[in-house]
Amino acid sequence: MTFSRILLLLSAAAADRFNRPAEKSTQPGRQKIVACHDCDLLNRLPDDIQATVLCARCGAVLYRHRPNSIDRSLALTFAALVLFLVSNSFPFLALKSGGFIQETTLLTGIRELWQEGLFEVSLLVLLTCVLVPLAQMLGLLYILAPLKWARRPAPHAVHVFRMVTELAPWGMMEIFMIGILVALVKLGHMATIVPGISVFSFGCLIFVMAAAFSSLDPELLWDRLDLRR
Amino acid sequence: MNKQHATARQLGMLSCHDCHLLVERPHSHAHSLCPRCGAHLHLRKPNSLARTWALICAAIILYIPANVLPITITTSLGTKQADTILSGVIYFMQSGSWEIALVIFVASIFVPFAKLLILIFLLLSVQFRSTWRPRDRTILYRMTELVGRWSMVDIYVVTILVALVKLGAIATIEAGPAAVYFASVVVITMFAAESFDPRLIWDVCKEDV
Repeated sequence: MTFSRILLLLSAAAADRFNRPAEKSTQPGRQKIVACHDCDLLNRLPDDIQATVLCARCGAVLYRHRPNSIDRSLALTFAALVLFLVSNSFPFLALKSGGFIQETTLLTGIRELWQEGLFEVSLLVLLTCVLVPLAQMLGLLYILAPLKWARRPAPHAVHVFRMVTELAPWGMMEIFMIGILVALVKLGHMATIVPGISVFSFGCLIFVMAAAFSSLDPELLWDRLDLRR
Repeated sequence: MNKQHATARQLGMLSCHDCHLLVERPHSHAHSLCPRCGAHLHLRKPNSLARTWALICAAIILYIPANVLPITITTSLGTKQADTILSGVIYFMQSGSWEIALVIFVASIFVPFAKLLILIFLLLSVQFRSTWRPRDRTILYRMTELVGRWSMVDIYVVTILVALVKLGAIATIEAGPAAVYFASVVVITMFAAESFDPRLIWDVCKEDV
């Protein structure tokens, strides 16, 4: 590809942005240009693509085809929210030793840490396992539900979506699940451990949550929520 | 590799950090916002090298008390036992559950250490304008970014143990001072990985910056 051709494509892409077509799919063959977020190389994205596009230079994933993105992520987010409520209302582990039964829910565990004076750690656990996942789920519902039923994005939906993407690395429920398993083994020799309902709903939750995020099509969402619309 | 490929920077464009929209580079130095998502526009992450170095230094300092001080203090029938992260791993190995020992070792000792080394290596390679295998270094960066959060496992284990084991005289587990230090190492290295801009790897070796 020659340099002038790139410029031509770029100007076409720029023109595309200003007189934005109503529907992406009405202009097949029109190519979109994106810069790779890892190495800044300009790559062309064909519009009617049904596959994964990798950066030609560093191999980063630039685009992944996700069919039915809004419907799927909306359904999965609803499911995740229900599982989240279940996981937080029931004890996840009970410890039996002699006559003692000690039950813990996620929130009482965090309170115990707080009472022991480990404020930073308890806040961190509260943030990464309760507040961030909750904010992500509510945020996704706020963005997706109006797109599905009202056809007009909710006010400030773009900002909410930016928050959701920026929070993504800080939701650590799947890591908490591994923590539960390690604690199970660690305490196994000390006392009888009874896994509660919450462990199972938590186990489902992390898969549903992961599925909800991987069926999300950010490219499509940014387009639909565009501030310039 | 095709030599005629151009980067956004060479053509006077930049891509938004949040929504990856390709935008014409603004002429003034004033802060401009992405027309699509409203995020602040930067050509590269601001002060990437200095920020990453600062965070790495902080993490290295905190890494020492995190490993030297006890992370859990177990009181069992009157005897107190303080465990550091490493002694916990050794305990698991001796008691036969080597899978758990492996998980804790990889998550709490190997990953944070490897992450610090890799970030230092990437920073040095950018600062010395290395042209060595930019693609592999980018992959290395992507891996560090992905894997770093898993170090939190140990903090969660401690949380659960502390909350669960409250059996009065029979057994109690308290969290030791290392928990706070270790948690801050994990959080700070996550910020460090986030503030490093992998495009710098390519800038210094492909373009004359």
